[in-house]
Amino acid sequence: MRKDGEILIRPGGTAERYWSEIWAYRELFAFFAWRDVTVRYKQTFLGICWALIQPIVTMVVFTLVFGRLAKMPAEGLPYPILVYAGVLPWQFFSTALSGCSGSLVSNANLLRKIYFPRLIIPVSSTVVALVDFAIAFVLLGVLMGWYGIMPGPEIVALPIFLLGAMLTSIAAGIWFAALNVKFRDFRFVVPFVIQLGVYLSPVGFPSSAIPDRYRFLYGMNPMVGVIDGFRWCLLGGKISVNWGAFGCSMLLVLILLALGIRHFRRVENSFADVV
Amino acid sequence: MILAESLGKRYILQHNPDKASYRTLRESLVSGASRLLRRPTDEQLRGEFWALRDVAFRIDEGEAVGIIGHNGAGKSTLLKILSRITEPTTGSVRLRGRVASLLEVGTGFHPELTGRENVYLNGSILGMTRQEIRARFDQIVQFAEVERFLDTPVKKYSSGMFVRLAFSVAAHLEPEVLIVDEVLSVGDAAFQQKCLERMKEVVRGEGRTVLFVSHNMAAIRLLCPRVITLDKGGVVGDGEATAVIEQYMDRVLRRAAESPECYSTANRVGFRNAQSALIPADGGLSLQLSLDIFGEQQGPIGIGIEITTQDGTRVSTQGSLMTHFNASVGERAIFTAPRIDELLSPGRYLVTVWFVKDKMLLRETGMLSFELPYRDLYGTGSELNVRHHGPVPIRWNATREAIHA
Repeated sequence: MRKDGEILIRPGGTAERYWSEIWAYRELFAFFAWRDVTVRYKQTFLGICWALIQPIVTMVVFTLVFGRLAKMPAEGLPYPILVYAGVLPWQFFSTALSGCSGSLVSNANLLRKIYFPRLIIPVSSTVVALVDFAIAFVLLGVLMGWYGIMPGPEIVALPIFLLGAMLTSIAAGIWFAALNVKFRDFRFVVPFVIQLGVYLSPVGFPSSAIPDRYRFLYGMNPMVGVIDGFRWCLLGGKISVNWGAFGCSMLLVLILLALGIRHFRRVENSFADVV
Repeated sequence: MILAESLGKRYILQHNPDKASYRTLRESLVSGASRLLRRPTDEQLRGEFWALRDVAFRIDEGEAVGIIGHNGAGKSTLLKILSRITEPTTGSVRLRGRVASLLEVGTGFHPELTGRENVYLNGSILGMTRQEIRARFDQIVQFAEVERFLDTPVKKYSSGMFVRLAFSVAAHLEPEVLIVDEVLSVGDAAFQQKCLERMKEVVRGEGRTVLFVSHNMAAIRLLCPRVITLDKGGVVGDGEATAVIEQYMDRVLRRAAESPECYSTANRVGFRNAQSALIPADGGLSLQLSLDIFGEQQGPIGIGIEITTQDGTRVSTQGSLMTHFNASVGERAIFTAPRIDELLSPGRYLVTVWFVKDKMLLRETGMLSFELPYRDLYGTGSELNVRHHGPVPIRWNATREAIHA
C-alpha cells in the first residue's frame, strides 16, 4: 500500500514530499522499464540482434573511414577495438537520450489519464539503453579475446564512466522531454544533436588526435571523458583520461541535471493539458 | 474525506482549430517578441475559458456521490483535478487516502504484451503493488472471463475481451477514494450488469468513497445516494439523488428550449437544428428525429440514440455498433421509428444522442424530446401514462372462462 495521509491539491503545489512520492512509486518505475524492454524488439524479425548490428556496423564503417582513409592514430591498439570501445558508451548515450527525450510524448495517453510522478517516465526510459548496452558489451568481450587484449585493474572504474554517460543522457534528456511536450521542434533537435555529437566526441578516433592545447576545452564535452574513460578502463594504460576536464564536465552535467529537474517540476503539472 | 474549496480551472482557448494544443518554437518566439513590442498577440485574442469556477463541496468517508451535467459542464475537469492529472488554477482540494481514478478503462494497456503482463502493468499504473496484484490475479482473470487467452498478446483480443480485462483490473483496485468516469458504458449487457454489481459491492460492502460520473441516471440512482450537478463549471445542485436528478432533467429540457445547438469543443463536432416530429402514418404515429451535423471532424461518425423517460429510466438504447449507421459533418441524420405510439405509453420522453468514432465524441441529453399524446388504450375513458403505468403500453386481451373441475 502506498503511503496514506492527507494530500493537498492546489495551484503549483507538489513541493512537499516530492522525492518520497517518487520513492513510493518505485515499483511503477520498474514496470515501465520492464515494459519498454519487453516491447522493444517485439515484432522485429531480427529481434535482439539489433542491439548488436548497430554497434558492429558503426565499428566497421568508422574503422574504414577514420582508421584507413584518415589514418588517425590508433594508440598501438587494433583500430576496430579502439572504435568499438568508443561506440559502446556513445550508443548507450544516444539510445538513452533519444528514448528519454521522446518518452513523455510517446506516453501522452498515460499522462492525460493517470496520475503518477511524471519524472518516472523519462528516467525509466533510459533503462532500455542499459539492456542494449549490456548485450553489446558481451560482444566487446569476444572481440577483446579475439585480439588477445586483457583489461587491467582499471576496469573496476568502469561503472563510474557508465554512470557519467547515464547522468549526461538524463540531464539532457529531461530537458528535451519536457520541452518536447510543449514544442515539438525538439523532435528534430535531438536526432540532430546525436548526429553531430558522434563527430564532436572521440567515437571514431582517440582524443589524442586533438591538439594538446585544446584538450581541456574539448573535455568539456562530457562524452569525451566518458569515452576516454571506457578505453582507459578496458584497453589498458596507453590511453589517458584528462581527469580535470572530466571532473569539470561532470560538474556541468550535474548543474544541467539540477536545473533540468527544477524546470521539469515547474511544468509537469501542465503536461496533461498540453501534451 | 474530500474537501474542495473555491476550485477553478482556466484553459486558454485557441480559435484556430488546425493547431494542436502544443506550440511550435517559432510561434512562441514570435509571440514573445511581439509581447516585447507591446502589440496584441494571438494569445491575447485567444480568450480564456473557465472549465470550473468556484466549486466547493465536502464528501465524507464512505460516501458514494454521483456527478452529472452536460457535455462541457466541467465533470471531467473536476475528476482530473481530483485525481491529480491536472492542477487547478485557483482553490484547493484536501483529500485523505489513496486515490484511484478510472478515467478510461484500459489506459496503459500495451497491445504487444500478453493479457497476464498487462494485468500487472495496468494494475501497477492504477496504483496497486505487485503483491496486491498477485493476490488478486485469479479473481481479476475470472471476472474478465479470459482465462484461456492469458498468454496471448492483447492486440489479438476481441474488443469485448479487451474491455472486460481492462475493467476487471480496475474493478479490483482497493483505494480509499475511487473515481469512476463512464466505465459502465462498455461491454455487452451481461457484462455491464456484472460491472454494476461489482460497483455496488464497492460502494455498499466495502464502504469506500466513490465519485461516479455517468450519463446513465438509472445507474447513478442505483449506486449513489447523493448527486452533485455541475453546469457551466459551477455546482448547481447537490443533495439527495432522486430530487437532484429530477431537477437536472427539468433543467435539461429548459436548456434545450433555449439553446439551438450542442458542440463539443474538445472533439470539434456538434449538431444543431435538432427536431423531433410525430407524423401520422399507418393509422398511428411515427416518430421522426433529425439533426444537422457540423464541425471539423472528418469522415463518417457513428450516431447512437437512446430514449429515456423523464425520470431517467432507459427505454431503448441503440448505437452504431448495432445499427451500422454513419453520417458525416454537413449531413442531416434522420431517424424514423414507425408506430411509436404502439411501442410507448403516452407521456414525455427524452432523447440522448451520441457521436462515436473510435471514442465517444459527444453525448447530449434533452436537446431532443417528444411527447406522445393522450391515449385511451381500452376505450374505457381511463388515460394511460408513462408516469404511472410504465413505458410499455401492452394492450392485454383479457378473457375469462369458467373452471371445469
